[in-house]
Amino acid sequence: MTATDIDLVDYDEAIARFDPVLGIEVHVELGTATKMFDGAPNIFAAEPNTAITPTSLGLPGSLPVVNGAAVEYAIRIGLALNCSIAETCRFARKQYFYPDLTKNFQTSQYDEPIAYEGWVDVELEDGEIIRVEIERAHMEEDAGKNTHVGGATGRIHGATHSQVDYNRAGVPLVEIVTKPIPNTKGRAPEVAAAYVRTLRDIFRTLEVSEAKMERGNVRADINVSLRENAQAELGTRTETKNVNSFRSIERTVRFEISRQAGMLDAGQKIIQETRHFHEDTGGTSSGRPKSDAEDYRYFPEPDLVPVAPSREWVEEIRAGLPELPAARRRRLLGEWGFSDLEMRDVVNADALDLIEATVAAGAGAQSARKWWMGELARIAKDREVDIAALAITPAQVAELQGLVDGSKINDKIAKQVLTKVLDGKGDPAAIVESEGLAVVSDDSVLTGAVDQAIADNPDVVAKIQGGKVQAIGALIGPIMKATRGQADAGRVREIIMEKLGVS
Amino acid sequence: MTEMIRRSAAAQAAALAAGEASSEELTGAHLDRITAVDGDLNAFLHVNSDEALTVARDVDSRRAAGEKLHPLAGVPIAVKDIVVTEGQPTTAGSKMLEGWIPPYDATLVTKLRTAGLPMLGKTNMDEFAMGSSTESSAYGPTRNPWDRDRIPGGSGGGSAAAVGAYEAPLAIGTDTGGSIRQPGAVTGTVGVKPTYGSVSRYGLIAMASSLDQAGPVTRTVEDSAMLHELIAGHDRHDSTSLTDPVGAFTQAARAKDVTGLRVGVIEELEGEGFAPEVRARFTESLTQLERAGAEIVRVSCPNFTYALGAYYLIMPSEASSNLAKFDGMRFGLRVVPEDHPTAENVMKATRGAGFGDEVKRRILLGTYALSAGYYDAYYGSAQKVRTLVQRDFTTAFEQVDVLASPTAPTVAFRLGEQVDDPTAMYMNDIATIPANLAGVPGISLPSGLAEDGLPAGIQFLAPARADERLYQVGGALEALLEDSWGGPLLAQAPELTGGAHS
Repeated sequence: MTATDIDLVDYDEAIARFDPVLGIEVHVELGTATKMFDGAPNIFAAEPNTAITPTSLGLPGSLPVVNGAAVEYAIRIGLALNCSIAETCRFARKQYFYPDLTKNFQTSQYDEPIAYEGWVDVELEDGEIIRVEIERAHMEEDAGKNTHVGGATGRIHGATHSQVDYNRAGVPLVEIVTKPIPNTKGRAPEVAAAYVRTLRDIFRTLEVSEAKMERGNVRADINVSLRENAQAELGTRTETKNVNSFRSIERTVRFEISRQAGMLDAGQKIIQETRHFHEDTGGTSSGRPKSDAEDYRYFPEPDLVPVAPSREWVEEIRAGLPELPAARRRRLLGEWGFSDLEMRDVVNADALDLIEATVAAGAGAQSARKWWMGELARIAKDREVDIAALAITPAQVAELQGLVDGSKINDKIAKQVLTKVLDGKGDPAAIVESEGLAVVSDDSVLTGAVDQAIADNPDVVAKIQGGKVQAIGALIGPIMKATRGQADAGRVREIIMEKLGVS
Repeated sequence: MTEMIRRSAAAQAAALAAGEASSEELTGAHLDRITAVDGDLNAFLHVNSDEALTVARDVDSRRAAGEKLHPLAGVPIAVKDIVVTEGQPTTAGSKMLEGWIPPYDATLVTKLRTAGLPMLGKTNMDEFAMGSSTESSAYGPTRNPWDRDRIPGGSGGGSAAAVGAYEAPLAIGTDTGGSIRQPGAVTGTVGVKPTYGSVSRYGLIAMASSLDQAGPVTRTVEDSAMLHELIAGHDRHDSTSLTDPVGAFTQAARAKDVTGLRVGVIEELEGEGFAPEVRARFTESLTQLERAGAEIVRVSCPNFTYALGAYYLIMPSEASSNLAKFDGMRFGLRVVPEDHPTAENVMKATRGAGFGDEVKRRILLGTYALSAGYYDAYYGSAQKVRTLVQRDFTTAFEQVDVLASPTAPTVAFRLGEQVDDPTAMYMNDIATIPANLAGVPGISLPSGLAEDGLPAGIQFLAPARADERLYQVGGALEALLEDSWGGPLLAQAPELTGGAHS
């Protein structure tokens, strides 16, 4: 029986009988101007093999030089994750042969990471906080990118040849490694995704990376093992490589728990190996065997001197750290008066920055939330784009709300204006102006419409005069229609009541 | 012009400055000499006449226009083929890089070009600088100008032979365990391994990064000093390059004063294993210095005994890693096996065909020494020995200003004599290796003729960043010995003809 035809155990059943333990390695590409060890530009999607120097190509004679900005970014990350920052640390060579690795070794850090022994609090859907212990964060360089040509779906199998783009070779990375994450039980999938999301938000706040999962700026390797109970020794783990969305992370953990439970139930041993997640099936498949003793022949990189960040510099960086996402959420929760649930929805929708900017531009917090989480979220979903990618700025949303607040337009018109802004017709006030969408509260216009409505609906008028004041709504409908929805409903009501002599 | 090429580089530079000759004439004379004798010596792997003459003519016209030029402007130079040169082939003596034209210049080459030194070509060497005889070159051995059946030392035998045979007044070498100094000793020329970090390594094809250092290969101490001053200095492309200002080497070489200088004789490097006449020339040299006012002191560096062993773990370890990039993927040789040409198989076939035996031997040694389970015993222990060797130097330099030993244990041996005995070959560097392990500078200059009437060398070592002391003691001893010989030692070398060797 192979690993692929093992019977999966129902997830809840697996959790009832086994205790899952997670371990997560996150790679983040730093957004420095140049690469980790040379002056080549650190850019995404340039023409293949144009963002290179002799050093990025590993040409004979070339030498690395550490990028000081990358070290600073790594320290920022380390501090944000409550790590100790090494007084001195070295790079090491991790040696293996692969065509995308220009020197056939990766310059990384081995036993002397720049940051070590930290933690980060991860907030789950229901507000529960899980503290994840960080083992280390270290600096390294990315490899080039292989493209396999002539085979099926870009895989190496069946390809006639491969092409390598070294633009990514040497891009600075920080790898963050957790300690084993115990006691997550049935929430293991959620914890894994929430942890990576937490890091992603921290990277963005620190401005060390654009941290776009879909671009591979942030990549997660997910380790899962099962044990009989929380007191037992750790079981054998598998490492699913390069899982690149939050949803995929959850599915990976879920699948591995079911699969490993199935293996264990069948009396089989878990093989320590790397695995690959498949978006289409939601399952993982075996990669290559991986043992802890895999021999990369690490040794200290002799071409680089040790990195020894002075304590003064580290403290300067610490003092300059921005407010981190968790603290910011707590602060905004108080300032805005959102419920916990509303706040989590906002965070999960990646709308926090947008709402904060909208409030900063003058809108009330609840109004800003309603726009971004309501109409705009719906439109983004329809168009299958990120909410932040919509063609409207927080300032425009605030301006729109200002028009509503100032009774220049009503909610219904506001939605029309919103659509026009998204269509690139201009700013809200200008659209209202140029298209004549402002609320009509001019009595001379309204009185005519009221008179017409009274004349057209004698039975309604009789009801109102008979004491059924709520029937006024039946007159307002035709009036709004006649004024294309722009009539000031409040004023219309007053005029009707005046005309009919009711109060 | 045939007389001019026998002068020192400093004298040639003076002749150019005085208008006695043009750089074009001087460069042309050296190219003629190469044509006449190099078929026999094989000191050059590549001669670039056109470019050298173009640079020479440019210098001449700039000089004629009254431009202020570098003191060595117009004096031609040969460059060891391990140094990358844009537009000129660079093979490092290996089939692996046959036909490769680097797209960039080493930092030291940029300095040579900026100063206006015409580059005559690239000199032969042991493959990837691995050897002490230049016999491991994939392009055939270089022969010793003193006896064409003998080795010119290695790995930089090409640079030493070119300078010794008047094919070039100046050359660049690299020294990982003695590759500048030992060829200097066995060819009767001068070679300096600067303090680690004095000269940028950017553009040197790395053998062992923590040991490699480029330096001058010349016929006189003053010439080495001038060339060292030119190529030294901080380079932002090399993290290990020193930020110190470049020392006044030429001034030190010209001082010719050793009064009160304390010279330490390293007890561990003068007895067993050193040929009698090599030792005799060494002792006589010390006597000369003592007469001139130096104080000769005996010092012990007990851990030097383990230096060779440590070196043969650290050097191959780093080399195994540095040479991993030669895989047929991006540059140089690519061998595509007919059967199943996957990337991995192409790498295997390329490395199998492209590397010679000595290179493979060192890659195997280094790969083994770095393997899990062996790392601590081999690489780790070797690093500890390295620290002990450094401490020996520190202790010794508390007692003396410079240390001295014979450069190499013997005079040049015969071609083929040690090819099948790697450990005997490795012993050639017994005296030169400690300096590389500690990063300290060393100079070798001729001490006289020893066994079989062939040249021997004396080596001086100084504390890191005190390279001036080498030029001070070297310049002084050179003058004293040349007085006793009635001229440069090289004047006693047999006249080279274009004829075939025996």
